[in-house]
Amino acid sequence: MKFLNKKTNIDFMGKRKIAFVLSAVLIVSSIVILATKDLNFGLDFTGGTLIEVSYATAPEISDVRENLANAGMTDAVVQTFGAASDIVVRIPPKDVEGENSAEISTIVLGALQQDVEGEVVMRRVEFVGPQVGDELTEQGILAVVYALIGIFLYVMIRFQWRFSVGAVTALVHDIIVTMGVLALLQVEFDLTVVAALLAVIGYSLNDTIVLFDRIRENFPRLRKATSLEVVNTSVNETLSRTLMTSITTLLVLSALFIFGGEIIHAFAFTLIVGVLVGTYSSIYVASTTLLELGVSKFDLLAVEKEGATLDSMP
Amino acid sequence: MNQYPAWKYLLIVLILSLGVFYALPNLFGEDPALQVTSARGFTIPLDLDANIEDALVVENLAFKNKERAGNRMLYRFNSTEDQLRASDVIKQALGEQYVVALNLAHATPTWLRSLGGKPMTMGLDLQGGVHFLMQVDMDTARSQQLDRYVDDLRASLRDEGIRYVSVRREGNGLLALLRSVEDRTSTLELIRKDQSLQGLDVSELDTEEYFGISATVLEAQLLELQKTALQQNINTLRNRVNEIGVAEPVIQQQGADRVVVQLPGVQDTVDAKKIIGATATLEYRAVDEANDAFTAAQTARIPPESRLYNDERGQPILLKKRLIVAGDQLIGANSGFDQQTGQPQVSVTLDGVGAKRMLDFTRDNVGNRMAVVYIEQKPGGRKTEEVISVAVVREPFGKRFQTTGLDSMAEASQLALLLRAGALAAPMEIVEERTVGPSLGADNVEQGFKSVMIGFILVLVFMAFYYRVFGLVADMALFANLVLLVALLSTLGATLTMPGIAGIVLTVGMAVDANVLIFERIREELRNGNTPQASIRAGYDKAFSTIADANITTLIAAFVLFLFGTGPIKGFAVTLSLGILTSMFTAIMGTRAVVNLIYGGQKRVRKLAI
Repeated sequence: MKFLNKKTNIDFMGKRKIAFVLSAVLIVSSIVILATKDLNFGLDFTGGTLIEVSYATAPEISDVRENLANAGMTDAVVQTFGAASDIVVRIPPKDVEGENSAEISTIVLGALQQDVEGEVVMRRVEFVGPQVGDELTEQGILAVVYALIGIFLYVMIRFQWRFSVGAVTALVHDIIVTMGVLALLQVEFDLTVVAALLAVIGYSLNDTIVLFDRIRENFPRLRKATSLEVVNTSVNETLSRTLMTSITTLLVLSALFIFGGEIIHAFAFTLIVGVLVGTYSSIYVASTTLLELGVSKFDLLAVEKEGATLDSMP
Repeated sequence: MNQYPAWKYLLIVLILSLGVFYALPNLFGEDPALQVTSARGFTIPLDLDANIEDALVVENLAFKNKERAGNRMLYRFNSTEDQLRASDVIKQALGEQYVVALNLAHATPTWLRSLGGKPMTMGLDLQGGVHFLMQVDMDTARSQQLDRYVDDLRASLRDEGIRYVSVRREGNGLLALLRSVEDRTSTLELIRKDQSLQGLDVSELDTEEYFGISATVLEAQLLELQKTALQQNINTLRNRVNEIGVAEPVIQQQGADRVVVQLPGVQDTVDAKKIIGATATLEYRAVDEANDAFTAAQTARIPPESRLYNDERGQPILLKKRLIVAGDQLIGANSGFDQQTGQPQVSVTLDGVGAKRMLDFTRDNVGNRMAVVYIEQKPGGRKTEEVISVAVVREPFGKRFQTTGLDSMAEASQLALLLRAGALAAPMEIVEERTVGPSLGADNVEQGFKSVMIGFILVLVFMAFYYRVFGLVADMALFANLVLLVALLSTLGATLTMPGIAGIVLTVGMAVDANVLIFERIREELRNGNTPQASIRAGYDKAFSTIADANITTLIAAFVLFLFGTGPIKGFAVTLSLGILTSMFTAIMGTRAVVNLIYGGQKRVRKLAI
């Protein structure tokens, strides 16, 4: 079975103006969405309390709210979670001030148990103090920045600075657009989503590196070709691999998304978006940047030797 | 043409068999079990088995097997019901000296275990349990330390006969005012020499009337204080958790002022929180019999060596500032009932120093009164002190005695527990809590397992269709990769969490990437008109540096994740990194070996099934 039976020869780079406009639109609209709509930050970042319980029979949401209000939790947000008998109660952090911050969950569980026939089963309790939330935001941003710096340096050593700029531009593009989608759809942004974003970086980079590797190989091989032709040939040559890997990864991610349960939903969704965006960006953003920076065969001569020694290993 | 030397095959076979062996323990599941340990950390006496088993026989309870390891006994049961019933039976039979904890013991056969085989530990999100992140209230700890300096300086000055105008806290330091230069010189000398007054940065400070000394606590001393406070808190928490009876708890320092407490299997978070966060301790103080408490309360003129309290009936009482014995000199505490009055009581055992001080005091004070003060430190630096009993010393006593005046048996047993476990050096606040109920844990396991299987099978089928024989080879490699990854995670003792499962799933998706790269190269070489054998070789050779580069950059991202992430995120980073490493082995060396076996020996391969 083959998707691409013959050697493809699509003029990817010829359409790079269109791609440029598309990327610009994507990024600008993502930033606008992020600025106006805000990410739907989860408990990990905002702080507060979340309690999930499962009733024997589906309760009236209004009764649950009333019980909570009677217990003093007037700001509680009550929602069903998956099934109608599963209830999630969220208490914002401003209610959680003072000494009994950790005791909130106790009070809520007590209130939920009131006038209910059958048992109310505690599924999970999450409480995050405000100190922790702020630190996480800082750590999350730092993690992304450090990952980008590390990648920039590695690509610079193995390739050349133009490639570093290309790779990192593509990654920043991916992060911004993926986060834009998350903000647009108001997907809950929690710690697992941060992990997913970093995995997106890893994945998109994987794609980019494979393409760069081919470009490096093709420069000396296609001596007469212009830089643009070399990039175009390289994209075509790696195209079937790019598609294959995206498909297999998307296959497992869909399995996670559909069967992995509520907790892993946002994680899987972020990765699915990221893989799609990342595949596009390694073709267009990374290599377009490379071309705009004026990459030429002379850029890679010195490093070529190192690649050659690695190549000979099994 | 394309052949591996024998040692390479051997190496691959060896690594794979090791992988299978160490992944094996995960197939055996778990037994409901009970873990019996001594409450004080002693070794369990050899005849305890008989006690336990007699009690079980009476209740008609059968156990599967038992084992003794160091200072714990483990009884395995056939069902959770048996386990729960047996828990009550054994608790009753053994009393407070032993802790009986519910446990899920791995059912790995002994021969496997003796060779180091063990299954992956399940994270709290999979098996249920409580996770607390606690922050030490360092401000309060510092403030307490400052108070201690003030008290110590006053006491030393009194002991040395140096008269002072005042010694008090002043902002973040302390200020001592003296009448003469000579007094100041000797006070400075005293601060230099006195053991309990080390760690102060002293300077002279003159006011209009007096000669002053201003002192601040040295930064190094504060850091030292922070370190010891945290260490002591961790020890105390460990003791308390042991007292509650939790199998395999995790208590770890995180950062400079935080402690992670993980209690697998604990459901009653309310109770756990109460015991873990409590900062109760007892102090024994002499009653000031020389002055009248009522007058002092009315005139607000309190003798300098005493403090005014309210006793258990709300009446004012003057207690000496000087402690007889404090909670940290307590080595044992048991709750029970007073045989004469039937009141709940705590019998207390003191350490050597405490016992001597108590004996000295009681010998000199027969007929005088002694008070027990119950102190609870709340986060934010607030402290409640309550006199729970005042009693006349009838005869001298030292090491062992009883404290009464507690409201209920429950209060007595909780106080005894807290006293046994020791006090927290600084109050702690829960800044994060994550509790997962057992039903959610079970759901997570099921869904995690299901999604891994489905994703895995989808990829297997897809690869086999797309690359035919080579696809099947890649499938074998993918399977081997999963086995190796599970084996590595098991032997490293990594904890499997939901994000960890996601990491495994993702690795499965990305592990095929190496094979895709290789196979596409081979197809390309074939298209360029190369012979099958040459194409195989060129495909593997050319793809290698690409695979290496691509994977190293992903490893960088995973490494950063590991550095910055906490808990579950770390788990994801670990599985992802390990998965990349094992996939490099299986996807490159593993598949090459199989491809060589299939095609390598043939002189003329006409066509490759790729």
